[in-house]
Amino acid sequence: MEVMNDWATASAEATSPAGASLLRVTVWRGGADGKFQEFRVPRRESQTVLDVVTYIQRNVDPTLAYRFACRVGMCGSCAMTVNGVPRWTCRMHVDRVAIAGRLEIAPLANMPVVRDLVADMREFFDKWARAKGRFKPSATRTDDFAKVSPQSRPRREADAGIECIGCGVCYAACDIVKWNRDYLGPAALNRAWTLVNDMRDAGSRERLVAVSGDAGCHGCHTLGSCTELCPKSLSPTRSIAGLKRATCAIAFGGEEGGE
Amino acid sequence: MSVRTEARLWLAQRVTAAILAVCVVVHLITIIYAVRGGLSAGDILGRTRGSIAWGSFYAVFVFAAAIHAAIGLRTVAAEWLRFRGAAAAWTMIAIALVLAFMGLRAVFAVVAT
Repeated sequence: MEVMNDWATASAEATSPAGASLLRVTVWRGGADGKFQEFRVPRRESQTVLDVVTYIQRNVDPTLAYRFACRVGMCGSCAMTVNGVPRWTCRMHVDRVAIAGRLEIAPLANMPVVRDLVADMREFFDKWARAKGRFKPSATRTDDFAKVSPQSRPRREADAGIECIGCGVCYAACDIVKWNRDYLGPAALNRAWTLVNDMRDAGSRERLVAVSGDAGCHGCHTLGSCTELCPKSLSPTRSIAGLKRATCAIAFGGEEGGE
Repeated sequence: MSVRTEARLWLAQRVTAAILAVCVVVHLITIIYAVRGGLSAGDILGRTRGSIAWGSFYAVFVFAAAIHAAIGLRTVAAEWLRFRGAAAAWTMIAIALVLAFMGLRAVFAVVAT
């Protein structure tokens, strides 16, 4: 991969006529029935994919729609499909993803297109709610602080998944989401797993039922695309495996399992 | 299908996979061991006829394979062919029964005296 990208960068520079090399960038325009439009963007040092998109909007076509906020990998709003692979764009250097000086930038897969590079993330976040990804307190403000040992196994399990920024890269990369529209997806299940491991939470009974079945953790075939592509290097695959173990009680009749 | 049934099917898939892992290894080792001095129908039948141990082993093998294959095919049908619901569930049960019948028939043929 590194070798190919080095070659790609060199190739882009070689084709430049006047010293300032150019990237050939094709960008998705319009809605679901849109098409790709090509742009030439000057190559810069340490340039990110978001820099490329921003250059196009500010200098070539101000009607280009895309989404970003923090630019430092915290907010999770700028994910797009770059050369066929879902990526966060604000911290993804062009060096790492350009192939022969070319970039193809499209909205995230597995979500409806709003316009250009903006995907509709409503269903993605609705599934967090369906996975009962909301903290349900077990104590009141009059109770003492909960004391959670940093070394305890549940705390370490929650730590491993807690840094999710909700960018949707895992959801766009997941084949099960593509095959089963009801599947909750890696991010929502990962969120559920962090809450199952939160000793202050009182909602895990209903949560484990909500994340069971074909649309939940049992639908995962551990293909691992989510874990491979997560920009925060989390492992939703591991979290989902944890949920599968935790839901065994449902199979044995220990929990109420409705439709 | 209820969440509990889904969870049970998943667990059954995992348990039968574990059984199959052992059965396949034993089966392969037996084949390699048995053919060292040439292979004939007489040798095989001499080993299996009237053997409760081999009969039981292959009966377990057959049931595990029938259950495992049916659950797996159900998932493949749902995801790749969008074939879901009651019809898919009954098809799965039918496939499991056919596989179990064919397998047990073969076991009976080599074990019965």
